[in-house]
Amino acid sequence: MAEPQSLSQDNDQPLLVADNLGKNYGRLTACRDVSFALYPGEVLAVVGESGSGKSTLLQLLSAQLAPSAGRVSYRMRDGVLRDLEALGEAERRFLFRTDWGYVHQDPALGLRMAVSAGANVGERLMAVGWNHYGRIRDTASSWLERVEIDTGRIDDAPRTYSGGMRQRLQIARNLVTEPRLVFMDEPTGGLDVSVQARLLDLMRNLVSELGLAAVVVTHDLAVARLLSHRVMVMKGGLVIETGLTDQVLDDPREPYTQLLVSSILPA
Amino acid sequence: MNAPAYNFAYLDEQTKRMIRRAILKAIAIPGYQVPFASREMPMPYGWGTGGVQVTAAILGPEDVLKVIDQGSDDTTNAISIRKFFGKTAGVATTTSTVDATVIQTRHRIPEAPLHGGQILVYQVPIPEPLRFLEPRETETRRMHALGEYGLMHVKLYEDIARFGHIATSYAYPVKVNARYVMDPSPTPKFDNPKMDNCPALQLFGAGREKRIYAIPPYTTVVSLDFEDHPFTRYRFDAPCALCGAGDSYLDEIVIDDQGGRMFVCSDTDYCEGRQSAGHRGSESAAPHKERAHG
Repeated sequence: MAEPQSLSQDNDQPLLVADNLGKNYGRLTACRDVSFALYPGEVLAVVGESGSGKSTLLQLLSAQLAPSAGRVSYRMRDGVLRDLEALGEAERRFLFRTDWGYVHQDPALGLRMAVSAGANVGERLMAVGWNHYGRIRDTASSWLERVEIDTGRIDDAPRTYSGGMRQRLQIARNLVTEPRLVFMDEPTGGLDVSVQARLLDLMRNLVSELGLAAVVVTHDLAVARLLSHRVMVMKGGLVIETGLTDQVLDDPREPYTQLLVSSILPA
Repeated sequence: MNAPAYNFAYLDEQTKRMIRRAILKAIAIPGYQVPFASREMPMPYGWGTGGVQVTAAILGPEDVLKVIDQGSDDTTNAISIRKFFGKTAGVATTTSTVDATVIQTRHRIPEAPLHGGQILVYQVPIPEPLRFLEPRETETRRMHALGEYGLMHVKLYEDIARFGHIATSYAYPVKVNARYVMDPSPTPKFDNPKMDNCPALQLFGAGREKRIYAIPPYTTVVSLDFEDHPFTRYRFDAPCALCGAGDSYLDEIVIDDQGGRMFVCSDTDYCEGRQSAGHRGSESAAPHKERAHG
């Protein structure tokens, strides 16, 4: 564990580095030549239409897929930048349930639907050796409060929850171990607009409170505008434009980005 | 034709070698589920086909076999298996826990302490403790391999959240030799402490699931729990109605349709031993004559 002081020094160094990342499925190129560095506390949005390679990129970054080319490195808690492919499976899985979070578009993939909300949040704690029921439950209920779920429903299974509540529960489950990096795959997909707004507001607050770094994949430019500091626009597996969020969205350079921005329906 | 109809103890020698190899591996890695090529046995799955194969593989002509079902020597399952080995192996059988060298059991560990040199063979229906929490077998194997057992506590957490205490009363998960989490087959959790540091060798056979696992003698076996909700044994708060024992695991027997019930030892050998030593419970008729014969 890094001391707070050294942590602040570490802020000058990237947390996650992608280096000429590419993935082929046979002759099909899902994405190629993706390079960027993500710094602690920074939120990066990856936008683009369906099939542009966003989701593949997210899976490559979170080490769920092995890249065909290039590599991903992550700065571990001890400050050493390490190649994800060189990590053992045990280390990678440990990273995934402690230092990272992964928010799926479909909460059913990220939650245990038949197990109570409290246990869903507590599972990561138990996985890192928490062995005191009272403390696990207290932590779980304080997290439910933070994501605005009525603590009276702590013993209900998420399958009895609404879509918005499930998504918030999934976020609580991911953040309980205080990760430094969260991957989000269309976190607001499939939710109605008022629920989306509430969720976005909540996520923005949590991200800034906890100083999280995040990679958010979305086709919704409003999500990118609200959450992210930087935007990466993908098309046909390539990154065609990247920059500060307001710069890219207000003054797009590439014709495709201009098209994306201009296709937002006026509110 | 004077060739015997069956090989000694039913299984052919090659099959026994295969099973023994699996058993040796299981003993070498306590609590690890070793796959083996389970055979068809002349009895249905659920009757102890796994236990029978393990017993057949370890049985020698000098062995004395005891078979119990829910602690009892005289239920159909126990009698059938005892007769099976009486016929196919010609080994001596007994109902006495102390005299037996091999004890095949379904759902109980005998009350009398086991001693060194004995082998306890469990019949196992579902060897995977994580089965109902994580349905993917590929994933549970990976979790065992990497020692990721947080999920096991999720089950106990759910119990406490729902019932206020750990309500799992049988197949209570244990950690063997501080490494593998193991399902002790559906024995009542009352029996869990008996597995810890036991002088006898304990073998587990699951026929349908094709898995063998083991606890070598004198191995630590810890029942999982929470610091603030420690593991507790459970037994009905009553003495045995036949022998008056206050420390044995009891069966609840409904005796009429008016709500009447009695509690008796589930271990018949233990109960009969106490009765012949003169102990009496509230229901026992004067001198007890019946005894199960092997």
